[in-house]
Amino acid sequence: MPVSRQLKLQHLLWRAGFGPATENWQRWLALDEQAWWPTLRKGSAETPNFLEVTGDSFRGLVLGLGEFGKVERARDDMDKAERKQLREQNREYLQSLNLTWLEDMVLSRAQLREKMALFWHGHFASRNLNVLFQQDMLHAIRTHALGNFGDLLRAVSKSAAMLAFLNNQQNKKAHPNENFAREVMELFTLGRGHYTETDIKEAARAFTGWGFNLEGAFVFRRQQHDTGEKTVLGKSGRFTGDDVLNILLEQRQTAHFIVRKLYRFLVNEEKIPEERVRELGDQFFDSGYDIGKLLDAIFTSTWFYEPENIGCKIKSPVELWVGIRRTLPLTLEDAEAQLLLQRALGQVLFHPPNVAGWPGGRAWIDSTALMLRLRLPHIIAANGALDLSPKDDDDALMGQNRGGRLQKRLALEINWKPMTALFADRDETAVLPALARFLWQIPVAEPPAAVLKNHTDPSSREQLVKTATLQLMATPEYQLS
Amino acid sequence: MLIKRRSFLKTASLATASLWVPRFLQAHSRPGALAPNGKILVVIQFSGGNDGLNTVIPVRNDVYYRERPRLGIKAPDALRLTDEAALNPALGAFKSLYDAGDLAVLHNVGYPNPDRSHFRSMDIWHTASPADEYWPTGWLGRYLDAQCGDAACQSPVLEIDDTLSLALKGAQRKGLALQEPKQLYESARSPYFTDYAAAGADHIHEDSPVGYLYKTMAETLASAEYIFEKSRVKPSPATYPNTGLGKHLKTVASLILGDADTSVYYVSLGSFDTHINQAAQQKRLFTELNDALAAFSADLKSQGRWNDVLVATFSEFGRRVAQNASGGTDHGTANQMFFLGGSLKEKGLLNPLPNLTDLDQGDLKFTVDFRQVYATLLERWLGADSEQILAQRFETLRFV
Repeated sequence: MPVSRQLKLQHLLWRAGFGPATENWQRWLALDEQAWWPTLRKGSAETPNFLEVTGDSFRGLVLGLGEFGKVERARDDMDKAERKQLREQNREYLQSLNLTWLEDMVLSRAQLREKMALFWHGHFASRNLNVLFQQDMLHAIRTHALGNFGDLLRAVSKSAAMLAFLNNQQNKKAHPNENFAREVMELFTLGRGHYTETDIKEAARAFTGWGFNLEGAFVFRRQQHDTGEKTVLGKSGRFTGDDVLNILLEQRQTAHFIVRKLYRFLVNEEKIPEERVRELGDQFFDSGYDIGKLLDAIFTSTWFYEPENIGCKIKSPVELWVGIRRTLPLTLEDAEAQLLLQRALGQVLFHPPNVAGWPGGRAWIDSTALMLRLRLPHIIAANGALDLSPKDDDDALMGQNRGGRLQKRLALEINWKPMTALFADRDETAVLPALARFLWQIPVAEPPAAVLKNHTDPSSREQLVKTATLQLMATPEYQLS
Repeated sequence: MLIKRRSFLKTASLATASLWVPRFLQAHSRPGALAPNGKILVVIQFSGGNDGLNTVIPVRNDVYYRERPRLGIKAPDALRLTDEAALNPALGAFKSLYDAGDLAVLHNVGYPNPDRSHFRSMDIWHTASPADEYWPTGWLGRYLDAQCGDAACQSPVLEIDDTLSLALKGAQRKGLALQEPKQLYESARSPYFTDYAAAGADHIHEDSPVGYLYKTMAETLASAEYIFEKSRVKPSPATYPNTGLGKHLKTVASLILGDADTSVYYVSLGSFDTHINQAAQQKRLFTELNDALAAFSADLKSQGRWNDVLVATFSEFGRRVAQNASGGTDHGTANQMFFLGGSLKEKGLLNPLPNLTDLDQGDLKFTVDFRQVYATLLERWLGADSEQILAQRFETLRFV
């Protein structure tokens, strides 16, 4: 089946963003094909605003908390109740930050930037519980998301969130802590198999003294730094942490590692042509790690639009939910229900499973998660309850009681106007196939008409569009982009 | 009589379930053939790298106290097992099980060229691969492959959790992750799914991502009904602690008591990644573990099923011998495994405590390959062909 113009556009909008917004769809469709990518790029050209959910007074109160648990000891001037209140305030702000960013993914014009920020958020996975640190780190990621990878790597490596998460405050000349050095090589730059245990030990020495101050800003503690000679990846010298990052960026392997991971995220998780990713990796390296140029190369290629790359990616829980919200604009009565939804589907922003981030692909699909994904459209249509018991997890603080059973109602109102308007003028027989083409990235000649007939309401055009939309979303096909 | 009723239930639920099964799955459907010997394995994963030296404490070892001036647990505080060894004070139920002959400890379990990254070492434990190889399937998933072949097994290997671990993913078969049988069952009963799954499967290629989704859906639905039924036959009457692990083990007990044909249950507890302030964190987790296992073992004993069950614990690695500067310990290598149950053939401490004077760069040297333990569990407990599943012959141990 040849790839239609509509399918191509939807493909681009799903992969370089969170899917088409129904109310803008006609405008996109009217654009010349050559204008699609530049328009997306332009939408993300501006420097992003700092997403701030905390107030100045809060910032003053929690200054100096490396890990949030330390509030107990860091602030012995406070009484027990005050500390508890502060801890809960932090937890609430962390939830707000999650929901604020989620809202941005739904509504922002800068779709490409937010999509790439989600990629980097998983790449530079950090589970720090201090909202101020997470706020700063998110800003660094959103700022550099389309810029230079070297700048991004340096900003993240010097963020309090990452330094705290990977224990580099404890990395001192007398007692090196290798956690940070290991993850920088294994997960952020080279990937496994491209360094030795000795490289890690030596690099850890170079990172000694890297830490952050009471305000969460990077500091270099000279007296804790090991000034001796180190040998990292065959180079020797009295290296600092910056030197090691530069050495890592000088490795062509770093470009190849990043490009491969990005190809899986943006293009195809299962079919990866070796020659193509090698070529892209070389280009990325030769460009000095220009992320924007790399994206240009991917999204203006012909292979990106080949059938084998369309409809083959299992949407992550955040992609699925944000995509639904872009198709069906909705007003939530209780935005926090979205936290439970993220949890149940297996992707809570700011809570990656570990430093390796979310594995993605088929790993998103376990039995319970798939059942919930298929029920989801019916749940939102019926203002249904989300009856889920959260997994026990010591970082579990996204609004749930540890071990308690929680019920939330996804109470919301769907604005159906854009959808019903879009399909108002179609012939009776053409409505269902047209809806399927708009909602599914798997091209099918006909949606299973017999089934849709039994579960849709044809009493009016509006009812038909509403019920069929929900049914088409409650399918395995809709899980793919 | 019992056998008749059980096979009827299997047939009945399969008949209903077949409505869900796309054509490419229907051809080979037959009731599962797990647990040929009626034995049940419960795996408890300690995620994050549990500190083994503060779990079974070498109370007569000067090196231990010298390397851990702050973190070392003093002999009078620990629960004495032998002259040399004592348990962490939070593990009182383990001590009782030890006294009753229902606990065995195997020290120094690990593998050559240990990896100190969590996810890689966990990968190695899950897949049972050598440290320099990457395998896409898990050891219990391959057990499932071997037991079910290409048939649709009725009740697969079960993980009580939100997500399915790599350990339970085979080449053809995957285990099933669930929090609660009832919840899974109710999700599965929408008539829309029934109609849709029956009609929608025709344009699907089995090995494509969408085919994978259909397949997962079909298997989930076929199992959901069966599992729910089994969970209600004889629900555990016992009181379990209101913790994650407590609830999970209660679900496991209910399925065991209901004669579900599931031979492996998998649960996790964590995080044991105690770089900082280890004492408090390990105590909290051990308390959860201890109380849940106390309830589970008492429940199964009172129902006469404790002899059919073997609980095995593991962690992706142990921790360094020396404490670090932050009141914690960093990633290490070899570690102990616990085995609990009513049918142990060897009890107590199965081998010598770790040698703290013969270290590899500050880390313990392993003396038992964890794949020997897997081979033992597969072959001597579950009655499976360990060589096929582990792709290599490993000498088995004698504790079961």
